[in-house]
Amino acid sequence: MFIIEFLVAFFLIVSGIFGFVGSYGMIKLKDPMSRLHAPTKATTLGVGGVLLASIFHSAVIEQHISLHELLITLFLFLTAPITALFIAKWHIHRHEKPDDLPDAGEDELWATHAVEQVEDVPDHTKT
Amino acid sequence: MRLLHRIFPHPHLTILLTLVWMLLANSPSLNSLVFGLLLGIIIPFITQPYWPDRPKLRNWPMIIEYMLVVLWDIVMANITVARIILFKRDADRQPNWVCIPLELRTPEAITVLAGTITMTPGTVSCDLSAQGHNLLVHCLDAPNVDEVRDQIKQRYERRLKEIFE
Repeated sequence: MFIIEFLVAFFLIVSGIFGFVGSYGMIKLKDPMSRLHAPTKATTLGVGGVLLASIFHSAVIEQHISLHELLITLFLFLTAPITALFIAKWHIHRHEKPDDLPDAGEDELWATHAVEQVEDVPDHTKT
Repeated sequence: MRLLHRIFPHPHLTILLTLVWMLLANSPSLNSLVFGLLLGIIIPFITQPYWPDRPKLRNWPMIIEYMLVVLWDIVMANITVARIILFKRDADRQPNWVCIPLELRTPEAITVLAGTITMTPGTVSCDLSAQGHNLLVHCLDAPNVDEVRDQIKQRYERRLKEIFE
């Protein structure tokens, strides 16, 4: 019993620390692309620690096996990369020129810039 | 066999949906199992026309190995990135773009690779090249670009190639 309580406390502290470091990173890092790295920490170990603590707590102390937490992890792993990708693509679209990025090899352009080069993109600003 | 395939077009999806439903219900009862199976049969049946060329997964031990490798890397990378954020001066940090030439061609495999790269702290996948031959990755602190590229190809892409292709 003591060991389980110790484990629960340990995971809570770990998640607290990583959640804090993630938020601190948002303040400390200066450029927008680096800032994007901070939330990935909070969603992996930050949330993961709380979920592990919750599984142990409900299994041993409340005597009730609860595996909801696995679903939360699954949905986070499905949605978080997509949010990050969209923010990154927005940044490339608004702030990076094709010359700022590394060479895209045989394809010449990255997808975000390639879309801008298509001539008949409908112009929604006039309608 | 053909009939079975008609009824269960995506057997893995059926199992996954049933499992997710039972986890949502959060109590292992016959009720939720039956309803989960019902959803697991109906949803793949209806959505089958929208996913014609789904990849065949092989090499199940490799899938488990891949998950364990990714989990381990997430923990280690978290510690590395925490150290960078807390103790490294912003001026010493070298954020960098890395271009990763892809050997994977299956869209699903590339999606998994990009997702994995984003979920490991320190790297975020940002864009694909116009025809999908290269992946653009942003690194929080990468003095040596080649090292990051080789590590991603070695650890993730090689395993995904064995799983999907």
